[in-house]
Amino acid sequence: MHLALKLVAQRLALGLLLLLAVSVLIFAGTQILPGDVAQSILGQSATPEALANLRRDMGLNEPAVSRYFSWLGGALTGDLGTALTSGADISKSIGSRLGNTVFLAGVAAVIAIPLAILLGLLAVRYRERWPDKLISAVTLASISLPEFFIGYVLILIFAVNLGWFPSVATVYDGMGFLDRLSVVILPALTLTMVVLAHMMRMTRAAILNVMQSAYIETAELKGLSGLQVIARHAFPNAIAPIVNVVMLNLAYLVVGVVVVEVVFVYPGMGQYLVDHVSKRDVPVVQACGLIFAAVYIGLNMVADIVSILANPRLRHPK
Amino acid sequence: MMRLPLAAMIGIFFTSLYFLMAIFAPLLAPYPMTEIVGGVWEPMSAKHWLGTDNIGRDLLSRMIYGGRTTIFIATVATIVSFTTGSILGFTAAVIGGWVDQAMSRFVDLVMSIPTLIFALVVLSVMPVTIPMLIMVMGFLDSTRVYRLARAVAVDINVMDFVEAAKLRGEGRIWIIFREILPNALSPLVAEMGLRFIFMVLFVSTLSFLGLGVQPPQADWGGIVKENKDGIVYGIGAALWPAVAIATLAISVNLVADWVLNRTTSLKGGRG
Repeated sequence: MHLALKLVAQRLALGLLLLLAVSVLIFAGTQILPGDVAQSILGQSATPEALANLRRDMGLNEPAVSRYFSWLGGALTGDLGTALTSGADISKSIGSRLGNTVFLAGVAAVIAIPLAILLGLLAVRYRERWPDKLISAVTLASISLPEFFIGYVLILIFAVNLGWFPSVATVYDGMGFLDRLSVVILPALTLTMVVLAHMMRMTRAAILNVMQSAYIETAELKGLSGLQVIARHAFPNAIAPIVNVVMLNLAYLVVGVVVVEVVFVYPGMGQYLVDHVSKRDVPVVQACGLIFAAVYIGLNMVADIVSILANPRLRHPK
Repeated sequence: MMRLPLAAMIGIFFTSLYFLMAIFAPLLAPYPMTEIVGGVWEPMSAKHWLGTDNIGRDLLSRMIYGGRTTIFIATVATIVSFTTGSILGFTAAVIGGWVDQAMSRFVDLVMSIPTLIFALVVLSVMPVTIPMLIMVMGFLDSTRVYRLARAVAVDINVMDFVEAAKLRGEGRIWIIFREILPNALSPLVAEMGLRFIFMVLFVSTLSFLGLGVQPPQADWGGIVKENKDGIVYGIGAALWPAVAIATLAISVNLVADWVLNRTTSLKGGRG
């Protein structure tokens, strides 16, 4: 069998195994409390009847292992249970919210990826000169800024002072694509700024790494200009590491999205998760945690698979 | 005494300023933390340097006390993370074999879930108190320290002086604390600054989401949450804590960069 395909198959199997283990960990994470989950959800003043009801609803009278398997079995067939607080079906509530979150993250990615690659190329072209230094200073600053700060500064400038975009990202059913886009543009810009610096720095490092190769020197000696060398020789060879960088940062978007959705009151997965953590609605938190972790693991897996496929030594084994 | 680069000097100056502010908060704050001393969102004035907050408390005092809470939590959580992470990492490296395998795979597993998401899952059943926050943050972050400590210790563990100590018949505890720890200290110290920044951002994010420090106790993330509704009226009270977080993070970064450069140049000299 082809070597690269075999490695990809191995990586896929590893990803699935990891996902299974993570589901155990997320389930266990809500069980590690010494004592009674029902008690801690309802507080000390709960009546014995309310406690007994909640225990029955959550199936706490059964052992943890059998509860885990029934939860996992449900999750695999698309049944994530019902929310404790509202009694609503979790899979249904998540459906539209997941769509909203994917849309937001997608818009952010469409802005961030080309911009990061362009700036990374510029930083390499003007290495150790002022554009490069400016870019690395901005990078340091933006790594040190909390996501909510970027969000509120953007709201203050573009929503309050200039009035270009709404400060609250309200989305409703049947909204047109362009309306939706104008609503998510500020949150998407915030997310872009959160991941841009990191993505750009890793792009710069990936291209610089390629620039050390002998064929780059040949191209330079041939008399090609700096930009030609980068565009024709360095960039194509840096694509694999750059795709890897992009995937890792998309995985990072998964976390950024939680905070940004709260800032802009955007009805997505992050908002849903945070709301139900403070309401101590364990089934919803478990379901959201599992989905977030699955997306994160999935993106990391794609990053690994791309770098396996992009490696010519693995594609054409001797 | 070597000459300090300017960036490091600025970093050290602001870092110590913030830590002194945290330690002497009750002496510095002009008003008590929770007392209502004026109207809602008063602008900056001689009486209230940063104005007042969403229910009329002095914002500067809230910021100073809030800095104390945030820096305290971040510091203790960093210590917890480093103690558990490095001891477990050294142990894994010294013992090796299946113990190392089991611990490392478990750490891989924990790290495959985004830290914030895992913290939210755990905090949904935990009582949200400051010691609990410190434990959760410290434990989750210790996975990163574990990886670094283990990697460094694996290298040191095969050096001649460790071999010599083993042949002398020293126990594992001696080897971990007397042979490996002193030699692994400088990369760990350089990492410490970065972990501390991460903790500051982490606890601020949790409080901003309403799942960290609980009111009326002030902390930087919580102050953002309390004052965020002012933003749409053009009131910038919520931005002050974010500025504080950012300047603290940048200062610590500058110091950490300097420590890192110094230690790597030391290593280069040693060959």
